[in-house]
Amino acid sequence: MISIENVKKIFSTRNGKVTAVDDINLAIDKGEIFGVIGYSGAGKSTLIRMLNGLETPSSGSVVVGGREISKIRGGELRQARQEIGMIFQHFNLLWSRTVRENIAFPLEISGVPKAERLKKVDELIKLVGLEGREDSYPSQLSGGQKQRVGIARALANDPKVLLCDEATSALDPQTTDAILDLLVDINKRLGLTIVLITHEMHVIRKICHRVAVMEAGRVVEMGPVLNVFKSPEQPITQRFVQQVTELEESKETIDHLLEQFPEGKVVKLTFIGESAEQPIITNLIRQFNIAVNIVQGKVSQTQNGAYGSLFVHLTGDQAEVERAVAYLEKQEVSSEVISHA
Amino acid sequence: MLEQWLPNVDWEKMWEATTETLYMTSISVLATFILGILLGLLLFLTAKGNIWQNKVVYGVVSAFVNIFRSIPFIILIVLLIPFTKALVGTMIGENAALPALIIGAAPFYARMVEIGLREIDKGVIEAARAMGAKTSTIIFKVLLPESMPALVSGITVTAIALVGYTAMAGVIGAGGLGNLAYLDGFQRSRNDVTLVATIVILIIVFVVQLIGDLITNKLDKR
Repeated sequence: MISIENVKKIFSTRNGKVTAVDDINLAIDKGEIFGVIGYSGAGKSTLIRMLNGLETPSSGSVVVGGREISKIRGGELRQARQEIGMIFQHFNLLWSRTVRENIAFPLEISGVPKAERLKKVDELIKLVGLEGREDSYPSQLSGGQKQRVGIARALANDPKVLLCDEATSALDPQTTDAILDLLVDINKRLGLTIVLITHEMHVIRKICHRVAVMEAGRVVEMGPVLNVFKSPEQPITQRFVQQVTELEESKETIDHLLEQFPEGKVVKLTFIGESAEQPIITNLIRQFNIAVNIVQGKVSQTQNGAYGSLFVHLTGDQAEVERAVAYLEKQEVSSEVISHA
Repeated sequence: MLEQWLPNVDWEKMWEATTETLYMTSISVLATFILGILLGLLLFLTAKGNIWQNKVVYGVVSAFVNIFRSIPFIILIVLLIPFTKALVGTMIGENAALPALIIGAAPFYARMVEIGLREIDKGVIEAARAMGAKTSTIIFKVLLPESMPALVSGITVTAIALVGYTAMAGVIGAGGLGNLAYLDGFQRSRNDVTLVATIVILIIVFVVQLIGDLITNKLDKR
């Protein structure tokens, strides 16, 4: 559906040339939810804006739905843009128009007759769950509702691709989840290809099939979300993965525990996919004469399987503890003994 | 009672002068609104980083606006005498005041239009572009509606300035309340005429402000 080949974007600024996007190659399939994660300034925003021609690459080609976006201009580009929806971090709604009129705007642009427009707008309002708010102005809506209007507007012309530019970054966690659920629902129902950029690993974890990690204009790591979670190779990816796997307090709790119980061992177990469903802890207690104290744990669901981590504190006879650790290392979980720092 | 306090006021003349002032003001406000929006849009669109980015056009329009905005109105009328004569055929009467009023006010208003347009969130314009909107669609469906409260409050301020300009134009023969206050009031030492003419002008200004505020509030859905 989307192919990006050898794309570079160089901005000339007063302080010289800045390479925002540096030689990127990507292929995104139809119906896929593809995430791009990176810190601000990594070039992800420039990348997504090249997909609908808001930026043109300095070199390389961008093809969306069979059309080379990076080459076409004028009427042809406008036509192509009508088939690519986009939603924004700050929603970018017209405050002078009601919800209904905002959603109708892209239909006015594409020249849909009024009667048909009204019908389509009503369908879209139902799709995004905004019944009853049709005649409200954006200023009367909450952030989540505004983004729902943005989504309905982006879907008005039945696009093949939906671009999400930090679409949930301005929303609270609960609203973020509701909007993400809506995006997954739309992806499944309409078979829509979704490209999203974000700096929150939570968003990638929750809805993306594949992820590309960007740093300084380059894609440094890419693959199915679960694989990237399982074995993040780059330090930046490891940091992003930690965002969702390690709770803020983990480190403090463990330090506290190590201080309190100098004997025994604290082990971090990482479960991926099917191993998350095996009764490893039960086996551990049954086979070894040790006490197992669960310190902290978390299991997250990704689009391609479960992923989780568990901290356990093992105490008992020292030799027995050693054997228990050896047992854990043989299982289909990765385990890591944490000692005094 | 009125005759006792205001012995010299000829109410028929006062009414006639008022309609002349209203006529000059409304025609020039209308023309300024249209011309100012055109110039303002041109300034906004040709400015750096915008759709029609063009240094030359921006420079020329900007210089034109700055020059005509800077010339004191009373001097502008005099400077425009040949132009007005060629256009209207006379220097006397309400119509003769119109060219100077419009040329004096439109550049002033154009700057306000430009400021109003600049206040529109860039993201909204970008969203319209991302939907495949043409420039004309962006102008008529995004730029003008989104800046309408600023455009209306701007034209309110300009209209009030224009009421003042008509009074100045009146002094050199354009008719209206300024003419009456100066010739009948000041030059013949009839202070009551000047006073009443002033009060009428104040009423016009208050009404214009009131209407402008009402429309702005009604339009502003932010």
